[in-house]
Amino acid sequence: MNTLAIVLIIIAVIVLFVIVLYNSLIRLRNQVKNAWAQIDVQLKRRNDLIPNLVESVKGYMKHEKTVLEDVTKARSAILAAETVEAKGKASNVLSKTLKSLFAVSENYPQLKANENFMQLQEELSGTENKIAYSRQFYNDIVMTFNTKIQTFPDNIFAKMLNFSAEASFEATAEEKKNVKVQF
Amino acid sequence: MFNEVRNNKIKSVVLISVFIILIAGLGAGIGGLYGSFYFGVAMAVIFASIYAIIAYYSGDSMLLSLSGAKEATKKDYPYLINTVEGLAVAAGLPTPKAYVIDDTALNAFATGRDPQHASITVTTGLLKALNREELEGVVGHEMSHIKNFDVRFMMLTAVMVGIIMLMSDLLLRSFLWGGKGGSNDKKGGEITIILVVIGLVLAVLSPIIAQLIQMAISRKREYAADANGAILTRYPPGLANALKKIAKDPDPLVDKANKATAHLYISTPFRKKQSWLTTMFSTHPPIQERIKRLEAM
Repeated sequence: MNTLAIVLIIIAVIVLFVIVLYNSLIRLRNQVKNAWAQIDVQLKRRNDLIPNLVESVKGYMKHEKTVLEDVTKARSAILAAETVEAKGKASNVLSKTLKSLFAVSENYPQLKANENFMQLQEELSGTENKIAYSRQFYNDIVMTFNTKIQTFPDNIFAKMLNFSAEASFEATAEEKKNVKVQF
Repeated sequence: MFNEVRNNKIKSVVLISVFIILIAGLGAGIGGLYGSFYFGVAMAVIFASIYAIIAYYSGDSMLLSLSGAKEATKKDYPYLINTVEGLAVAAGLPTPKAYVIDDTALNAFATGRDPQHASITVTTGLLKALNREELEGVVGHEMSHIKNFDVRFMMLTAVMVGIIMLMSDLLLRSFLWGGKGGSNDKKGGEITIILVVIGLVLAVLSPIIAQLIQMAISRKREYAADANGAILTRYPPGLANALKKIAKDPDPLVDKANKATAHLYISTPFRKKQSWLTTMFSTHPPIQERIKRLEAM
């Protein structure tokens, strides 16, 4: 009778532990999903700004066709990318092409003085920063989640409950030097 | 982080309780003098509770309008709005509202009862003087005040300290005005008693008020916000450089700041040459020490 009670108590404690663990893992995984959606929001915002940018720049930059084409190409590449890794890479390519577009724009004083262009430039650099911040936040959440499911004793149950580590973004070489994106 | 959030929530409850008890004591004193002790207490508690509820739900709008802050629109301040949105993303919080104070002094503050109802205010002087990284540093500092609920406690302190100071002022003035009356009739004696009571109440209140402000400002809170802000931007030199510019500000006086709202600001909103009174109330950590800590990160 006594041993039965003890066994029952132990089972109850384990069940309780698993329930609490399961709920906290679900909560974390939803946060990961939400953080991922946040990145998507910012990437989409940037993609939406680009046609306007190309439109407003076209008239001034007649001799810079390739730069504009690169930007447009990189934009469509993001739309096609689906995994975390592919999306990260495509996004970096777009950031780079935008950077060279704005670098080239330095040669066109009339363009630089254009009100519409200035607004777009502010919007794009703001969005670039938001992309960087949303990735940073995503990585933070993923790290918390991954640490939780990989440490003892949570790892035993996490495996049984079918939780697996989420992928995080690798920082590019440029980002490692300086987090900020400035045009 | 969660500890800080819980701490701030507990401190806020304590603050509201202390406020209600203080006002109830005042009501008891005044009610007692006029022969109705319980009536005085009841009225005071009702008044204090209503005020506390108003303070909790609209203390932030009170403080914003007191400071002369106007809501910043995306059209007029795209730079500020983008920065606030970016750091909200970094902190994983809903985007706080952005406000601007038309003042040449370099300063900023955050207020609100929780991250869902919060705002960040900067002076136009600050916007003009700082580059993007520096502004991100300042906004990151304010964002971490919001994230760990510092804003709730600081807002309640400002609003409640403000009303107590106002009442002490009113009481003192009404005594001075009343003191001019004849001192020979029966009323004269009553007024003397009131005077004694007011004197005692003020003597008790002042150190408590000072203590409350002290608690609200606490150097630890500012250092923590500096550090957490740097974690958000991943770029401590941004805030360090901003603080350097703020330290060099030749005219740091924010016209509409006062003793009750001073602790909200990122840096003391008073003139550098301070009277003993402002020195007593101003417990912002020395700005040079904050810069040093940021640069050591």
